[in-house]
Amino acid sequence: MTFNHLKKLESESIYIIREVVAEFKNPVMLYSIGKDSSVMLHLAIKAFAPNKIPFKLLHVDTTWKFKEMIKFRDQITKEHNLDLIVHINQEGVNYKVGPITHGSKTHTDIMKTQSLKQALNKYKFDAAFGGARRDEEKSRAKERIFSFRDTNHRWDPKNQKPELWNLFNTKISNNESVRIFPLSNWTEVDVWQYIYQENIPIVPLYFAAKRPVINREDMLIMVDDNRLEIKKDEKIEEKLIRFRTLGCYPLTAAVESKASNIEEIIIELLESKHSERQGRLIDSDQIGSMEIKKQDGYF
Amino acid sequence: MDLKKFFINQNSKKQLKILTCGSVDDGKSTLIGRLLFDSKSIYSDQISQTKFESEKYGTQGKEIDLALLIDGLQAEREQGITIDVAYRYFETEKCKFIIADTPGHQEYTRNMATGASNSDIGIVLIDATKGILDQTKRHTFILSLLGVNHIVIAVNKMDILNYDKINFDNIVQSFEKLSKNFNFLSKKYIPMSALIGDNVFSKSKKMPWYSDETLISTLESFDIDKSSIDEEFSMPIQWVNRSGSDFRGYSGTISSGKININDEIIVVSSGQKARVGKILTPDGNADFTYENQAVTISLDKEIDISRGDLITTDLDKIKIADQFSAYIIWMHKDNMLPERNYIFRFINSYINGKITNLEYKININSYEKIAAKSLELNDIAYCKIALSKATFFKSYTQNNQLGSFVIIDQFNNLTVGAGMIDFELRRSNNIIWHDMTIDKKKRSKLNSQKPCALWFTGLSGSGKSTIANILEQKLHQLTKRTYLLDGDNIRHGLNKDLGFTDVDRVENIRRVAEVSKLMTDAGLITLISFISPFKSERKMARDLFYDNEFIEIFVDTPIEECEKRDPKGLYKKARSGKLKNFTGIDSDYEIPLSPEIKLKTVSKNPEELADEILNYMKKNNII
Repeated sequence: MTFNHLKKLESESIYIIREVVAEFKNPVMLYSIGKDSSVMLHLAIKAFAPNKIPFKLLHVDTTWKFKEMIKFRDQITKEHNLDLIVHINQEGVNYKVGPITHGSKTHTDIMKTQSLKQALNKYKFDAAFGGARRDEEKSRAKERIFSFRDTNHRWDPKNQKPELWNLFNTKISNNESVRIFPLSNWTEVDVWQYIYQENIPIVPLYFAAKRPVINREDMLIMVDDNRLEIKKDEKIEEKLIRFRTLGCYPLTAAVESKASNIEEIIIELLESKHSERQGRLIDSDQIGSMEIKKQDGYF
Repeated sequence: MDLKKFFINQNSKKQLKILTCGSVDDGKSTLIGRLLFDSKSIYSDQISQTKFESEKYGTQGKEIDLALLIDGLQAEREQGITIDVAYRYFETEKCKFIIADTPGHQEYTRNMATGASNSDIGIVLIDATKGILDQTKRHTFILSLLGVNHIVIAVNKMDILNYDKINFDNIVQSFEKLSKNFNFLSKKYIPMSALIGDNVFSKSKKMPWYSDETLISTLESFDIDKSSIDEEFSMPIQWVNRSGSDFRGYSGTISSGKININDEIIVVSSGQKARVGKILTPDGNADFTYENQAVTISLDKEIDISRGDLITTDLDKIKIADQFSAYIIWMHKDNMLPERNYIFRFINSYINGKITNLEYKININSYEKIAAKSLELNDIAYCKIALSKATFFKSYTQNNQLGSFVIIDQFNNLTVGAGMIDFELRRSNNIIWHDMTIDKKKRSKLNSQKPCALWFTGLSGSGKSTIANILEQKLHQLTKRTYLLDGDNIRHGLNKDLGFTDVDRVENIRRVAEVSKLMTDAGLITLISFISPFKSERKMARDLFYDNEFIEIFVDTPIEECEKRDPKGLYKKARSGKLKNFTGIDSDYEIPLSPEIKLKTVSKNPEELADEILNYMKKNNII
């Protein structure tokens, strides 16, 4: 029997998720609330049906997520009766670290990368699922599905274990860990098509609506709360916008769009000329930017 | 756009996994860049980023360097080389493509094998200006070995040769000759220019003499799905699903065949039978399911099944053995040594084992079989493998999921090799272990002593034999029955055929470990005094014994001290180059990290050190 590509991807991802549960002592799923996380969670629920998924979810909250994301997160965890851990880097909060005051590089490092490492150490997770895809960014394209991290959570791109067939090497020593990317082989279109086909709920911010934005350096930044300082030459406008990707609100640019349902999003996507990570300011703060962040332990 | 049509079309697309291989500078990255560019898989911000980088690192003057779209890691962009397997995605009207991009450098054969293990089609790139190179032969061999049955020979850079037909024909002829050795199911030749785009997506007007399809149309037309739906149903158990509720099911991805509710299945490990109760697929409950689906199956009665098992409808189709022959690819800079223990990872289990016979190595440029004693990085060989317990499998050519394995180093967990099973060796079934009436326990009772192995390890001249000799005298006085196996003495007889290379050292220790096991079984307190420089072999010896029966004694003498003592004048010979492979000089000694006893010899005499061991034995109720 031949499967279409989406069935093949689904079956591959379920295999990967089960493999982690079978081989690791204490896995966790990093849940970022975005569309990829939603798809990954949906696949995990399928992998372990009719029972509950046998691991916890972890959300690393930078305290700068869109309000609608947090609302959606709480709704989903309640609906599926999930065990969710929310981790915030309290030290960063004490020092009032934020994207506006400290810039994207420092903010992402302290509130996301450091915070994630704190949480992984605190709960002693030996395996962490992430929703990253290889088509997102060039350095991701070279990462393994089971991506080994040393005791400091660092990724060494030049010394990755070869990954043959579906025989993943899950052997690690004490305090080492593995990041697992079940969606490695999915593309952005695949994700949307699957969301459509499976009717997977996603954060409403992905759909176009009138929202207050300012135009900063040619990026449309949504005014989600009063922490975003409006400069003199900027003015808040109500625009029909949506997000192709969701991160910290001052670091995630919106696109003007009329796509208010998934069908329209897919059409827009197919006609679009910009990649989804263009809305992520953190990718371009230096050349080889994502690669450096990943080596430090970022996803 | 008609969305309905779009979804119908999307849902009918098949997935094609392709691998591009070629030598350095054949234009692989350029070809992949071209495929992404022409399939409109590249967005404008990625293009502007690449333009920016082209100015900095590009090789195409002011033109955009398509290769830079592909080379993902910063080191590669700076050095202009591709250093690891990368995966790319693009789609056409008919197919979704996943491309594995693997480097052509000689030292990166392991990456190509990695890419090939997950590919349906191989594109062999040949630079028309250079013709067939050693790398081409190597890549063709690996594709065939890994069972990539469909290949395209893309003769690139035709633009440089003014699209000359004769050049193309010559390459086709040479490749035909080369590929006589292999059984590819389909093989297509395409003249093209990735740089300009000739015959990649659109037909080249410059080569009217070529009337066949473009690269993309050729790829789309391959019939890659080798269906096993008519074969027996087999599913390796990946995970037993019983968390929390009353439901108990067996999860796995079906490796062959089809199964219906109420069909009878057999558990390979126990031969127990049961009928299928419920079938849970990703789309919910179903009446039947088939190959490649990730499912959960419940049974009509409770039987013992766990991860590592296989359920099937026909036991005769499944091989079960603890020894088999296989092709292996060595992927690590530390050499593979026969008789050394490694971890073998199969579809749903890890089993300890070793390569017992290295039948031959294959020169992948000439395809000659060569005798070998060990394997180096990127070597490919045919060998026999013995596992510590039996597993189920099929031959790789029959089913690549049940016929493949990877080899893992037992100390650092690195993936050091990969293998493809050829056939099972049933030797072990003919040799059965006889349990004798008089056993170790009875012998120990008669001797009124607990047998054990005292394993002395340390540099030459560290004092192993001296201490062991004194200790044996002391045990003798206590009327204990002992035997002392000494490195030099054993090399006069049992091991006189062995030298001092790494391969021979491994075999030396293996034999001694087996002999000491027999002596311990005979009820003796066995003292073994061997340099035993490698932790792998010390572990191998330890694994032959029960806990508390094996006592590792590290005679810890600094090399300077050993060299000062030099009782046999060996260090002097080694330093002057007259003696090769001498431990501590030009051969490694791997320090034991957790020996039972560590003897610091510098400030104590051998008498005191022997007493330390006696005390340990008393404390642990051995004597």
